[in-house]
Amino acid sequence: MNWKFVGDRPVYQQIMALIRGGILTGELSPGQKIPSVRDLAAQAQVNPNTVQRALTELEREGLLVSGGTSGRRVTEEEAILEEMKEQTITELARECAEKFRVFGLSPAQAAQRLMLLEEQEEA
Amino acid sequence: MENCVLKAVGLTKRYQKTTALDGLDLELPQGKIVGLLGPNGSGKTTFIKLAAGLLTPSSGEIRVCGEPIGPASKALVSYLPDKTYLNRQQRTREILDTFQDFYRDFDRQRAEQMLGALGIDPDARLKTLSKGNQEKVQLVLVMSRRAKLYLLDEPIGGVDPAARDYILNTILSNYDPTATVLISTHLISDVERVLDEYLFLYQGKVIRQGVADEVREETGSSLDELFREVFKCLPNC
Repeated sequence: MNWKFVGDRPVYQQIMALIRGGILTGELSPGQKIPSVRDLAAQAQVNPNTVQRALTELEREGLLVSGGTSGRRVTEEEAILEEMKEQTITELARECAEKFRVFGLSPAQAAQRLMLLEEQEEA
Repeated sequence: MENCVLKAVGLTKRYQKTTALDGLDLELPQGKIVGLLGPNGSGKTTFIKLAAGLLTPSSGEIRVCGEPIGPASKALVSYLPDKTYLNRQQRTREILDTFQDFYRDFDRQRAEQMLGALGIDPDARLKTLSKGNQEKVQLVLVMSRRAKLYLLDEPIGGVDPAARDYILNTILSNYDPTATVLISTHLISDVERVLDEYLFLYQGKVIRQGVADEVREETGSSLDELFREVFKCLPNC
């Protein structure tokens, strides 16, 4: 995973986003064990308490499940994974729409642009 | 606070006419990495020296894990000074011997391991090492103790960015969750990601204290930005 952080957002939220990203791209597969808090903290070069917080939040969302002493795993529940994917895509669409709005394009106009892109790629 | 590692009440330190610390009240919880941040001359080093027992307060009190400052508190505190006190003629190996004799909680194996990872020859005399490497030796010694409170005065001041990362990692991977690390620095952007909490010191008082992620959450700015903003408004700094 690419552990890069920006200064103006809580680090724990950035860690959560990175782990979600890892699951979406398949870098972390359903049921896969994730490294311990200490190991993740060492990899990401952040405070273990911060990693702990990120993992606890993800657990609360159901995306990670705690296996007691055996550590945390990525959930295997399709519904939760699907929901997370949906949310992420909606969020992406919203950000995208915001950016187009700066140039005075409505979401519909933006969609046209995106379709144009697809035609170009096909050609 | 129940799990309080350090507690200062009305702590004041005067050097003749200068008041370095002015009735400072402070509690540090267990298991946190805390940034002691403030402009030059705000009292950071004075505070750390008082906690390490190198200075005595003019008035007020300071305790470490409930112990008044003295041999019992010093056994719990591992202190990285802003200037080295090591004998530059000695070899690293000999310095390790000294630490082993002095501190019951010194983990020699760990120290040797870290020095190895840093590629520092244990038979080299300290004076033959570069400034950055000398600082690393000092930090390795301090972090190899199993202390309850680590006081690090400017641990990354004189070293290159790569070594800075290594030092921060050393701090992260070596501190035990029941211990607290107090890091004084003004290189805030470098230490941001490792801090749990921060303290802003100004003219010998704590003017702001809190949780690092809350700053980012509530104000949408980094600690570094907050620091610049807070201290911009104040005169004489």
